[in-house]
Amino acid sequence: MSNFWHWTVIILVVAHIIAYLWLLFATSKKKVDKREDNTTGHVWDGDLREWDNPMPRWWLWLFVLTIVFALGYLYLYPGLGNFKGSKEWTSTDQFKTAYEANTEARNRSFAGFIDKPVEQLIKDENAMLIGKRIFSNNCALCHGSDAAGAVGFPNLTDNDWNWGGDYETIVTTITNGRAGVMPAFAPALGEDGAKQVAAYVRSLSGISHDANLASEGAQKFGMFCAACHGADAKGQDLFGAPNLTDNIWLHGSDAIIETALYEGLNGNMPAQKDILDENRIKLVAAYVYSLSQ
Amino acid sequence: MSKHEKIEKNIGLMGVLIAVVISFAGIIEIAPLMSQASVVEPVPGLKPRNPLQLAGQNIYVSEGCYNCHSQQVRPFVDETLRYGHYSVAGESVYDRPFQWGSKRTGPDLARVGGRYSNEWHEIHLMDPRSVVPTSNMPGYPWLAETPVDVEQTVASMKTLKMLGHPYSDKEIADAAASLTDKTQLDALVAYLQNLGTAMPRSYQ
Repeated sequence: MSNFWHWTVIILVVAHIIAYLWLLFATSKKKVDKREDNTTGHVWDGDLREWDNPMPRWWLWLFVLTIVFALGYLYLYPGLGNFKGSKEWTSTDQFKTAYEANTEARNRSFAGFIDKPVEQLIKDENAMLIGKRIFSNNCALCHGSDAAGAVGFPNLTDNDWNWGGDYETIVTTITNGRAGVMPAFAPALGEDGAKQVAAYVRSLSGISHDANLASEGAQKFGMFCAACHGADAKGQDLFGAPNLTDNIWLHGSDAIIETALYEGLNGNMPAQKDILDENRIKLVAAYVYSLSQ
Repeated sequence: MSKHEKIEKNIGLMGVLIAVVISFAGIIEIAPLMSQASVVEPVPGLKPRNPLQLAGQNIYVSEGCYNCHSQQVRPFVDETLRYGHYSVAGESVYDRPFQWGSKRTGPDLARVGGRYSNEWHEIHLMDPRSVVPTSNMPGYPWLAETPVDVEQTVASMKTLKMLGHPYSDKEIADAAASLTDKTQLDALVAYLQNLGTAMPRSYQ
């Protein structure tokens, strides 16, 4: 606050308090046109009159009390321009204290199980309950409340993993997120090539396909796709390349295979490390791990 | 006639005096904020929205998203645990009109940027219940079929520049080209993905 506003605020606030005090005592003493019958002289409806009594003392002193409170408040807390108040209270500090107390309380409630190895963690009722709640609040929006996923969002219950399903890898995935990139292969494959590879990929899972196209696609698969998906097409966790032989399809199994070849596919799991702290990531990762055990 | 009677019997005079008394509170509580750096200066790293994001903000306003969504993480522990660092005033200096809101039928969106993938937003805006079965948000499928209003967005940038947003002439000149073939859905998702990203999300 600039010096101008600093002093304007102080002068206005102090002047108001003094003015209130003056108003209070000035009006409590002076009687306006004292009448013999002790009324104000106002008459409504012919016979309704108004007493002219002094203000009740309890009310008067209550008002004085509010002014004393205001002076105490302005001394202790910020209110007068840039004056910080003797307690140097700030809303930022109050929040910080509350947040730290909460973190401490949370970690205290985790203390019984947080350091257990994952195989024991998934048998701990409390740990799984908390893990499930964290999942519902943060993960269910994409992966579904039952963790069974949807088109484009992986099923976490079927023990089929794109990036690896051991506990440490799940923790890494949740912490840092994942970006899966399948480039577009249309320029390299051409339209026919894309159809052939798509047929071959379908044949790997044993679903309906054109056998002639598939046999021609096999070689092209080796040239273009095996680098990530592996020569056996069973996928590689390192690249997040899915297994193409298990008839589990993240994006569907029909036209999407060709579309993926033409346009590429991008998967994005956002990092959670700025939302969840280490302990909560541990718990939710253990819960996710437990789903496919 | 006492002085007070004069005021009591002259409603015009009383109105003026009431206005004078009330305006003192405004002078003390509102006016100093206008010159306070923490309120009027952008947080480090905050940029005015790019044309696509700006078009998205205009759609956000015209579709009335603020009727159900606030954009203000309040400084309470539970809100910070759910949404991330509480909002600060310097994050909103390029929001005209600001979208803080006070109604939360849906979740707060102040830090929704980067929280979900683009694909999720697209699916969710087209048909919210396909990803969140219990959601009562309406779908906005027409956004995917409606092109961004290029002319309006450029006019918007010019107006905001007059109000002090630091858009360069080149940015305004290039705006139309960057909006070619963009749908309203693209714009809204770009806007949402930008929300609250100028500050670190984490409080610790």
